[in-house]
Amino acid sequence: MTSIKKPLVDKHLRKNRHGLTQRDYEGVASTLCAGCGHDSITAAFVRAFHELDLEPHRAAKISGIGCSSKTTAYFLGQSSGINTVHGRMPSVATGAAAVNPDLHYIGVSGDGDSLSIGLGQFAHAIRRNLNMLYVIENNGVYGLTKGQFSASADIGSRAKYGEINEQTPIDPVRLALTLGATFVARGFSGDKEQLVPLIKAGLMHRGFAVIDVISPCVTFNDHVGSTKSYAHTYKYYHPVIHADFVPEENEITADYAEGEAITLPMHNGGEVVLRKTDTSHDPRDRDAAFDLLKNLEGSEIPTGLIYIDESRPEMGEMNHLPDTPLNAINHSKLCPRSATLKQLMDGYA
Amino acid sequence: MNVQTQTHAAGSTSVKVNDFVIKIGNVNGTGSASANGLLMKAIFRMGVPVVGKNLFPSNIQGLPTWYEIRVSKDGWTARSGDVDLMVAMNLESYEQDLKAVSPGGALLYDSTWPRPKLHGREDITVIGVPLAKMTNDGFANARTRVLMKNMAYVGAVAVLTGIDMAVIQTLVEDTFKAKPKLIEPNMKALMLGHDYITQNYDALPLRVEPMDETRDCILIEGNDAAALGCVYAGATFGAWYPITPSTSLMDGFKNHCRKLRVDPETGKNNYCIIQAEDELSAIGMVIGANWNGARSFTPTSGPGISLMSEFIGFAYYAEVPAVLFDIQRVGPSTGMPTRTQQGDILLAAYASHGDTKHIVLFPANPKECFELSVDAFDAAERYQTPVFVLSDLDIGMNEWMVPRFEWDDSRQPDRGKVLHAEDLEKVEKFYRYFDHDGDGIPYRTIPGEHPKGAYFTRGSGHNKFGGYTEDSEAYQEVLDRILQKWEKAADHLPGPVMQIAEEPTRRAILTVGGCDAAVREAIDRMAKDGLHFDYLRVKAFPFHSDIEAFISEHDIVFVVEQNRDGQLRQLLINETSAEKNQLVSILDYSGMPADTGLIARRITTHCQTEG
Repeated sequence: MTSIKKPLVDKHLRKNRHGLTQRDYEGVASTLCAGCGHDSITAAFVRAFHELDLEPHRAAKISGIGCSSKTTAYFLGQSSGINTVHGRMPSVATGAAAVNPDLHYIGVSGDGDSLSIGLGQFAHAIRRNLNMLYVIENNGVYGLTKGQFSASADIGSRAKYGEINEQTPIDPVRLALTLGATFVARGFSGDKEQLVPLIKAGLMHRGFAVIDVISPCVTFNDHVGSTKSYAHTYKYYHPVIHADFVPEENEITADYAEGEAITLPMHNGGEVVLRKTDTSHDPRDRDAAFDLLKNLEGSEIPTGLIYIDESRPEMGEMNHLPDTPLNAINHSKLCPRSATLKQLMDGYA
Repeated sequence: MNVQTQTHAAGSTSVKVNDFVIKIGNVNGTGSASANGLLMKAIFRMGVPVVGKNLFPSNIQGLPTWYEIRVSKDGWTARSGDVDLMVAMNLESYEQDLKAVSPGGALLYDSTWPRPKLHGREDITVIGVPLAKMTNDGFANARTRVLMKNMAYVGAVAVLTGIDMAVIQTLVEDTFKAKPKLIEPNMKALMLGHDYITQNYDALPLRVEPMDETRDCILIEGNDAAALGCVYAGATFGAWYPITPSTSLMDGFKNHCRKLRVDPETGKNNYCIIQAEDELSAIGMVIGANWNGARSFTPTSGPGISLMSEFIGFAYYAEVPAVLFDIQRVGPSTGMPTRTQQGDILLAAYASHGDTKHIVLFPANPKECFELSVDAFDAAERYQTPVFVLSDLDIGMNEWMVPRFEWDDSRQPDRGKVLHAEDLEKVEKFYRYFDHDGDGIPYRTIPGEHPKGAYFTRGSGHNKFGGYTEDSEAYQEVLDRILQKWEKAADHLPGPVMQIAEEPTRRAILTVGGCDAAVREAIDRMAKDGLHFDYLRVKAFPFHSDIEAFISEHDIVFVVEQNRDGQLRQLLINETSAEKNQLVSILDYSGMPADTGLIARRITTHCQTEG
């Protein structure tokens, strides 16, 4: 079952601004099942990072527990990573980002990790508008423990051994919107052309960027009757907004028909060009995002950039953090002198 | 129990000078805390050693609360076990408060309403002051009347015990500097109590007389002291979830940082405090910040440690530094949140599943909270592991009289083995968990500093190179090294405090943390009765080799601690060569701060019955 090959990545070895090829953004070989959706997402990370010209060591990968969380070892081998405990990735990311906001934080989680055991931390990271990219590799099932339903399983979806789910699913997209996330997207592991630009835009977003990526589990949830199978997702997925990320130095050359594209400057540089495939939706409008999800409920799976707000301050700004990261401030600046202590002591006498 | 000076209601002959206890029984939420603090501070300002213990309920308004002020010319800071003057303001606890007065003592009550009969206490002096009536007549506003009743008894107690009114008045002026409107009514209330006693009663045989014993001391709570330690240690990040009795530690950190850590040029904060959604998240944040190379900490109490346990094991195994302040309260479960205990000793020592052993530091008073807080950050980074500072409610939330803190400007933080960018340039390849120096401590790097320093941190099985493994030998090699690292820390952590008896003895008392003051006083008392004990106080776990040596030199070692199960004793049996029958538990898990009388009585009884 285990793939012995490296994750599928684009083989042409173009060098980016740092003289690095896509190979330089890969990690160790995946040990996930052959055909796992997660490996496609891993490949999308590799491509996005390479194309963004980001230095690998300036990224930090953080994850929880589960098949999805294991994947942080499979890309950006030259980045530091921390594979934490189940459902608690957001808190570790919070502490890390607070003391060094200059790194790119990539959180990889799954539907069990984020929507069951880690629902609380997921919600509170959104509340803080933590500046990170948070990707949920969503397959509706617990893979490592062999096929139990997860909290994202749809009503009526059938498990591998026949059980039908009757409980209401927790939809991370709607949840994130409700809680006030400032970048909410959905992708599909089977559509890299849509996913790579979403990852890039999410990385450049200031604040909490959540991408729910439908990522079929080939071993436990890819059968007839499952609503998270490849077949089901291909059939029903509905690209709403295609987001192209354009770096600062690149001029926009693509030709967009009037009314079909919106250009959005990103706080961290560059801009996102949103191409509407569904012309009725404006992802800057939160109410419209809710309407879109409601209108397509039960029929299609809306994908793309559902909502974006670049105006809200992120956690570091709310905490008035200095330009020099806290982890780089010289001790002499942090530790008051003995004379100060003497004065302080007078206040207790 | 030791022999006390007997004073009787009528015709008392002996006067207790600077050596007595005032206890105030009140209803919580009536503003009595500030009045009581004022009383204590006035004694301190008169140069007389004093300590105040706040015994309060887990409630905002309406339940019984007490405040105990011990005046001690010899500088003892524990509860003595006696009550010489009871100010019984709470009708609900009146009967109990009446009983608590030591023979020959006195009781002051609000005589606005008749009190139930004296329950046969003919051996005490009773003083009635119509506090409610006086303040009702003197003040119009209902809330003011309640608050001023407290100030009125402060005035009354001052006259009864000879506390300098001028000192109290100066304190009132200092206290309300920012709200000068409040000075006049407070002064007025003070004088109401003062004048009533002056006109109707003689002073009690309890006298506060000026001394010069507090000049080099301060009054400070342990949590505030620990917070100051965090500032001096250079901690930049703190995450927490509010929980009694640890909350004031983060309040203190915030307060100090606002004054000391805001960049004067940019106005930006050189610190970050995050109030987490729960303790699981708080420790996760602390681990994230430490992983990224910033000194960070979380203050909590027992229930928080329980919740943090999974992450503690992660930090232990992945070797991420972290500092945890456990301000212990009464357990198990919710227990009695506003009472004190030392019930988390075993929890802290071995927190989390699997084989885990931690470094634990045990402050005995606020001064040590300051010092050990700084040491904790050094140890956490030196040994790349979670370090617990095990304080408790008594130390953390009561104002103790301690020597002024000092700081050595040449002290540099021990950041442990960190390879920075310039070091990594010289390294061919970096392996995170490789025991390069043979001391069990690997090198770490700070994420983002240099491409060569990148590594993958995991709580899953890993080999010495940092790679995932399920190989038995590779797994054991790392786990054994972590143990070795911990064992080697023992003699480098703060050593025990020892005191040898004036006369050679085979008996000893061993204790930990906040019991220190009571045990040392008990030793002093028992020595006067001819019972001599050597003394040792544990300051850190793993145990320093001196501790094992000390135990082996004695036939019997009384282990005094505040929990039911003798947790320190268990830990000593587990981690040293001490024999079970050599260690005798003296336990007090009442929730009250350690009591000298109780400890002396129990040990004396044991020695008498055992011969």
